[in-house]
Amino acid sequence: MAPKLKKKSSRRKKSPKPILAASEDMEPVNMESMGHPEIYPLVLTTKTQEIFNCRIDEDITDEQPYKLINKEDIFEDLRNRAAVSDFHPVKKIVQEYPGNELLLVYDKDFKYGLNFYLIGTEEGKENYLNPPEVSEEQEEYKEYIPEDVYIYKPPVSKPWVSLGSEKEIEEESVTESTKQITYMISRKRSEFGAPIKFSDQNASSVKDAYIECTAYPDKNFTLKQLEKDVGMQVIPQIKDISTQTKWTYPKNATTQYYPREFSEEEKETLKQSKPLVDFLNNASISVEIALQQNEITNTFIDDWKHLAEEEGTFGDKTDTHLKEYQSFTDLHSPTEKMITCVSWHPTIYGLIAVSVAVRLSFEDRVHFSGKLLLQPSLILFWSFSDPIHPQLMLESPDDIFCFKFCPSDPNIIAGGCINGQIVMWDITAHADRIENIKGGGSRSKKATLKPMFLLEPESNKEAMYIRHCAVSSIENGHKRVITDIHWLSDTFEINRMGSVFENRSGICCQLVTCSADCTICFWDIRPQKPLTPQTTEKKKEESIEIPFDVPSTFLHLDLSWKPLTKLKLSKGETSLDHCPTKISLNEDHLLCKTQDKMLAQSKTAKAEEMNPYHNLESGVANLLKPIDDFCTKFFVGTEEGEVIYTDWKMERDPETGRFMPKKPVNLHTIHDGIVHTIQRSPFYDDIILTVGGWNVAIWKESVMTGPLLQSCCAPKRYTSGHWSLTRPGVFYIGREDGYIDIWDLLEKTHEPAQSQNICITMITCIKPWIFSPKQQFIAIADYYGTLHILEIPWTLSRPSANEMTSINHYFEREVKHLEYVEQRKKIREQEKKEMEQEMAKKKVKIYQKSKEQMEAELKMDYESYLELEKTVLINLGLIKVTEKGSYLDVM
Amino acid sequence: MNEWMNTDREPDPLPSSLPGPTAPSLGEPQAEVEETLKRIQSHKGVIGTMVVNAEGIPIRTTLDNSTTVQYAGLLHHLTMKAKSTVRDIDPQNDLTFLRIRSKKHEIMVAPDKEYLLIVIQNPCE
Repeated sequence: MAPKLKKKSSRRKKSPKPILAASEDMEPVNMESMGHPEIYPLVLTTKTQEIFNCRIDEDITDEQPYKLINKEDIFEDLRNRAAVSDFHPVKKIVQEYPGNELLLVYDKDFKYGLNFYLIGTEEGKENYLNPPEVSEEQEEYKEYIPEDVYIYKPPVSKPWVSLGSEKEIEEESVTESTKQITYMISRKRSEFGAPIKFSDQNASSVKDAYIECTAYPDKNFTLKQLEKDVGMQVIPQIKDISTQTKWTYPKNATTQYYPREFSEEEKETLKQSKPLVDFLNNASISVEIALQQNEITNTFIDDWKHLAEEEGTFGDKTDTHLKEYQSFTDLHSPTEKMITCVSWHPTIYGLIAVSVAVRLSFEDRVHFSGKLLLQPSLILFWSFSDPIHPQLMLESPDDIFCFKFCPSDPNIIAGGCINGQIVMWDITAHADRIENIKGGGSRSKKATLKPMFLLEPESNKEAMYIRHCAVSSIENGHKRVITDIHWLSDTFEINRMGSVFENRSGICCQLVTCSADCTICFWDIRPQKPLTPQTTEKKKEESIEIPFDVPSTFLHLDLSWKPLTKLKLSKGETSLDHCPTKISLNEDHLLCKTQDKMLAQSKTAKAEEMNPYHNLESGVANLLKPIDDFCTKFFVGTEEGEVIYTDWKMERDPETGRFMPKKPVNLHTIHDGIVHTIQRSPFYDDIILTVGGWNVAIWKESVMTGPLLQSCCAPKRYTSGHWSLTRPGVFYIGREDGYIDIWDLLEKTHEPAQSQNICITMITCIKPWIFSPKQQFIAIADYYGTLHILEIPWTLSRPSANEMTSINHYFEREVKHLEYVEQRKKIREQEKKEMEQEMAKKKVKIYQKSKEQMEAELKMDYESYLELEKTVLINLGLIKVTEKGSYLDVM
Repeated sequence: MNEWMNTDREPDPLPSSLPGPTAPSLGEPQAEVEETLKRIQSHKGVIGTMVVNAEGIPIRTTLDNSTTVQYAGLLHHLTMKAKSTVRDIDPQNDLTFLRIRSKKHEIMVAPDKEYLLIVIQNPCE
């Protein structure tokens, strides 16, 4: 505390000092700054002290450090000494002092800076003289308590006392330990500012040019590796070798080799060697086991896959109906017509030919015969693109009941008339007309019908009437309606005797027809060598004018065409003969499949300019040798419902020496009505479908005992039928009430799988046709002259995977069934005979038993019974066999 | 009941009953060879049979020459390869029979030290 005070006082000392010394006219300085505004420090000289009797240590002591001074005395001093007086600075205060006596205090401690101080107020005087009782413990309090007296003590310098700080300073101070070196570098004046030249120098060349710290192996840092982790693997020895070939230039080189073979003698010697024999014997054992394994079962069959495919086709019942595609009716004909025969054009898509006949009974025909003569009988060509106008109309002398396109040339059409004539057409000239028809491009079910007046100016092609180019001879041909006509295949031809020859011409040139006059005729369209001079007849016929636009293809045949052979189907001695309605030859089924063949042929025909049909040459049948083992048998269906299997080859009748047709091989009466369909299956050569009356029958050619399948009587009469072209087990039957029955042999064999109504009247003809794998149509003709074209749905057109094999199996089973039936018949007969014999024997025998006989018989019975009992008990094990003899008994 | 004959061909006699070459029949080994081969050929579905020597040269065949040569050459190599494979895996083993089943038919090869018997069969009915 003391030094603080001293510092303060020393500080204070400096500041007021110059102020006091500055001027005398200043205001008196009071200790207002110290909180004592009434205290005015004074300096009193000794002289002043003597005057006022306040000499230090004489008048003013410690006990009484103050002195009361009169105001008048101070004034007197002031008058006496003016500026020199010590009271000069406080002159004002003294003048203003209210009281009389002023207190002057000796400031021993220089509390207020000077040795004396004057209290300027009465209160201060009073306070000093009678200080309030305030504790004076701390000097700090003293300072903040407003005191009357404040003494300024100027600081007094004291000697420095070291407290240890100079050591720290010494430590912290930085002194230069060494003497600083001075360098003086001098340079020539001329060299200042000169260009500098740098040069390289190898550090190692000059000695001491650099200092380095070379590394040296310090032994402190070398470590010896005591442990090492190593992996090992064993590999085969590898050798890497490379070569390089010298490649000079490419050179063509070929090699050819042939296999080594043994000569015949070597083979023979080897065959006889024992090792070979032994080997074969040993090897054949295992080989045969393997072969038998394969025969037993196919181990690699994926049953799942095979199962799935079947399900897909049979289970899909979504679309099984025939969809109506189009229908054609001839609207221009005056009388009511019915369609007698339908045939698709073999090559052109969407073209179908229809033969129409007047719908009158025989009586009515006779009645109206005059009227009918005026109307032309037609074959109409319909196209999908135009449902109203037929594209072509072929004229014929009378109603056509059947017609066929020639397989080798679809421009040749042969038709059979109601009057027994065969009519031939050649539409080669108009072929381009029908070929350019776009056959029903869009699959619209309803063709757009335009009103008539719009059609007239558009269609520049009117339906043309095409006249026939040849008809057969009236006298020599058939006498009654021709019921069926077929072209013979182009691979063979027959002669008058019925012997078969190879057909060298490559085209179909022979026809076979059957007619209601109980004959079957074979015709040849080639010009025949005249056997008898027929000049007179020809002259007569030459007078007939032939219209200019008729092609002269068959001019040689016109009206003079005679059949090659005529077969009469006689029923033996009676005059009633079989009346054939349909025939089915061996090669018929090819006609359904000739599409590809046809295209190829027609293309080649176009390439050549000459149509073979225009250049028919007479057959060379006489020069060739007949083919021997050709099957000349065929099926015939008759009006009475019989199916006849007969031969067309003539044989010599030993009695008369003439050539006579053979007797039928087989005859079955299955149907109750006219057999109007005999058709071979497109898939099998020897399966024939016959439809007639009220039932259907399927035959196999080699099986003569009966049909494989014979359906039961249907509620309605069947009027037409046809196999499906793609599915071996499906066929279509048309009924007389306009329904079509679709039979599926894999589904049901006793009734049709489906029945669909097509029209309101009798169906006269059914013809399916394949256009593409996805599009199949069926043409159904009805009695009222409307031709319906329907689309066959996917399920009916697509065969399943093993449908062929299934149907094969079915037919084989049926064949076996028939054989079984035959055998059973025989057995039955035998049994019957035996039974009858036994019955007869029994009747003959008379039992006369005498008493002894009866007794003997009873005894015998009893003994046999005992033996039986014994054996049973022994067998049960209840009686032990003791004697040997009993063993023998048992056995 | 005798009339109840099944019309199928009688099955071949079981291999176990096959008589080995007895002494008197050695005099006609050629006939026996023919007989064995004929018997194999008459199995159902057999397309062709051939006997080939160890080098792949055909000795006796029922097919035409070019086919035989092709089959013999190719199958001989394959049989050698198969044999060596079997023996590589286990030297005490040996190839007894090789059957190759393809989409259309099955080829059976019975190897021997000196000869090969190759039979081609169409197993599907």
